[in-house]
Amino acid sequence: MFGKKRVAIVGAGLTLFRRRLKETGKELSYEAAKMALDAAGMELRDMKSVVMGTAPDAFDGVHMKGEYLADGAGAYHKPYTRVFVGGGTGVFTPLAGWWHVASGQFDTCLVVAEEKMSSCYPHPQYAFTTIFDPILERPLGMNLIWIFALEMHRYMHKHNIKKEQIALVSVKNKRNALDHPCAQLAANITVEDVLSSEIMAWPVQRLDVSPTSDGAAALVLASEDVAKEVTDNPVWIDGVGWCIDSTLWTNRDLYYPDYVECAARMAYKMAGIKNPPKEIDVAEPYDPFDYKELHHMEGLLLCKKGEAPKLTAEGVTQRDGDLPINPSGGLLGVGNPIAAAGLMKVCEIFWQLRGEAGKRQIPGDPRTGLAQAWGDLMQYGSVIVLRR
Amino acid sequence: MSLEKITNPLHVRHWLGDMEADYIYTLGVAGEHFLEEIKENGRIMGAKCPRCNITYVPPKMYCEKCFAKLEKWVDIGKKGVVHTFTVATIDVDGKKLEKPVIYALIKFEGACGGLIHKIGETKPEKIKIGMKVEAVFKPSFERKASINDIAYFKPAE
Amino acid sequence: MSEKIKHYSGEALKSADIEEGRVPTEKCRPKAKFAWSAGMAMSRFLEELKNGKIIATTCNKCKRIMVPPRIYCENCFKPTDGWTYVKDIGTINTYSVSYLAADATRLKEPIIVAIIDLDGASESMGIIHKLGEIDPKEVKFGMKVKAVWKPPEERVGAITDIKYFKPIKEEKP
Repeated sequence: MFGKKRVAIVGAGLTLFRRRLKETGKELSYEAAKMALDAAGMELRDMKSVVMGTAPDAFDGVHMKGEYLADGAGAYHKPYTRVFVGGGTGVFTPLAGWWHVASGQFDTCLVVAEEKMSSCYPHPQYAFTTIFDPILERPLGMNLIWIFALEMHRYMHKHNIKKEQIALVSVKNKRNALDHPCAQLAANITVEDVLSSEIMAWPVQRLDVSPTSDGAAALVLASEDVAKEVTDNPVWIDGVGWCIDSTLWTNRDLYYPDYVECAARMAYKMAGIKNPPKEIDVAEPYDPFDYKELHHMEGLLLCKKGEAPKLTAEGVTQRDGDLPINPSGGLLGVGNPIAAAGLMKVCEIFWQLRGEAGKRQIPGDPRTGLAQAWGDLMQYGSVIVLRR
Repeated sequence: MSLEKITNPLHVRHWLGDMEADYIYTLGVAGEHFLEEIKENGRIMGAKCPRCNITYVPPKMYCEKCFAKLEKWVDIGKKGVVHTFTVATIDVDGKKLEKPVIYALIKFEGACGGLIHKIGETKPEKIKIGMKVEAVFKPSFERKASINDIAYFKPAE
Repeated sequence: MSEKIKHYSGEALKSADIEEGRVPTEKCRPKAKFAWSAGMAMSRFLEELKNGKIIATTCNKCKRIMVPPRIYCENCFKPTDGWTYVKDIGTINTYSVSYLAADATRLKEPIIVAIIDLDGASESMGIIHKLGEIDPKEVKFGMKVKAVWKPPEERVGAITDIKYFKPIKEEKP
């Protein structure tokens, strides 16, 4: 495309993910942002723009949270934008950072994502219920888990999938997270553990679900010229895509995320990817629930509709499989501070492609990776394709 | 053809509700240090960035200008200057207050930032921008690491 | 850089640290009250619920019959063209047996929630509601259900004027 600059990621940072951290949201943002700058060998003064991604103000309990967090994100006296697309925010944030640099307007962009869900006390659940239609849905006593349960059930029904097949995702991701230094819910569990955990809203059980968390993540983006000055191994943002479906979530068939496919096709086209399962070496699809990983693998065209459970059972999605999925441990294992969790996935692909993922490193010298987040009312997809 | 519109205003409805949620905020690394010092020692502390030579009040864990981590704490004393003020005559619900309340932004010498707080032991007509004020702390047994451990600021010599 | 980074920041707290006051905190309950305007389409919809009827809007271009009703077609991005009633009978599109209340507290007796595709509306035009008069184990995908209305004098023009949907026996030809 005319005038578009190539954009690289040159540094990444992450805090611990925990149910409750002492640090304020600003302080968490600072820790992640500073770590990303240090990793890039750059200073705050080198950052020409800042993008902050953070989910509903109702979690942190600070209205206009974007403005509140600005100084912790390094935005003092800089062009600053806060973006928010529900759960899709974490991957959308570097997409927004990408256009800051790709447009040629800025040589660098500091991308930060933060969530402090523990402020909402005793549980963020009640804040979640306020996302529903106040007239048609809230009077029914809506709980956030319901919409996942309804979607999961529809998906299972459509493809005749058993809970045992879905539980394998939770088992895999929580085990992968044992190797992640920031993980909140890393564990060695079995399919039986998942199936015997508390029933929340059938078919959703306790161990099908990611936790609520505090945490932050950050990236340093740079134009090609700057990237080549500061590092020998930049990771390029070669594809971006995002898409939203109707707000009327009961008006569509929930078994398949069309909007994720739409976002993926946009990113693949830009990256010149014709055959995603062959060309993507590692992927971090959004997994706030175990079935979501499967749902999103299908939406991302990494397999056929209804085929993801089979690939999971065959071990294809393990770290040493043909298509490693969520080698970080995902939201199920590392934790789910909404926006920070999505950006954690992009950090993971960055580290995997640079061969720096340590114990989590997948074999085979991966060159192309993908991260995806999902959000709002079963309606938003954001996709990023990275290449070494 | 277009949609038949509602013409009777009584048929246009409103739906009443709330967005109730309870919050508990941790004070954070710098905030906890700041408020614990007020509670335990009756001291107002700033955090100094040696690189930029700036002391932040209230303190921050990091310098917002250069992103250095701040670990040097400075006692900035109890006295400050009224930078600007307002006199509130209604409460948050819009009801008239029995007695007007003076709120001021108080700045401290050599420090960046300032505290928003109440001014007491004086009358609205006596308060001036630039006047010196001094923190009045609650008795130590009443303090609980809150900004309200400072009862108010009063005019100082 | 992951394997090169030796320390990740963050100091974890336990619930007890907060509850037992070992860590100082500030508490707050925002007092925000709202009056949401139901707007053109939803005002009529609620008024019709009071009459024991479910109303939809139609788009002449894409030919959809849409419920909940709306004043614009989001597909064609044009005003909708008319009102039409749909049945208070529908098909279970998907369902869940929930042990959770809105605030995440646990329910002893579960409630069954479902997306119900209403007869007379276009395909997949579901609404969310509860199911009643049925054992959770008996619920099936594709099952026909009918609205159970509150008595007219108790209706206020709310989605809860429908108490729940209950299964109906399909008549054999």
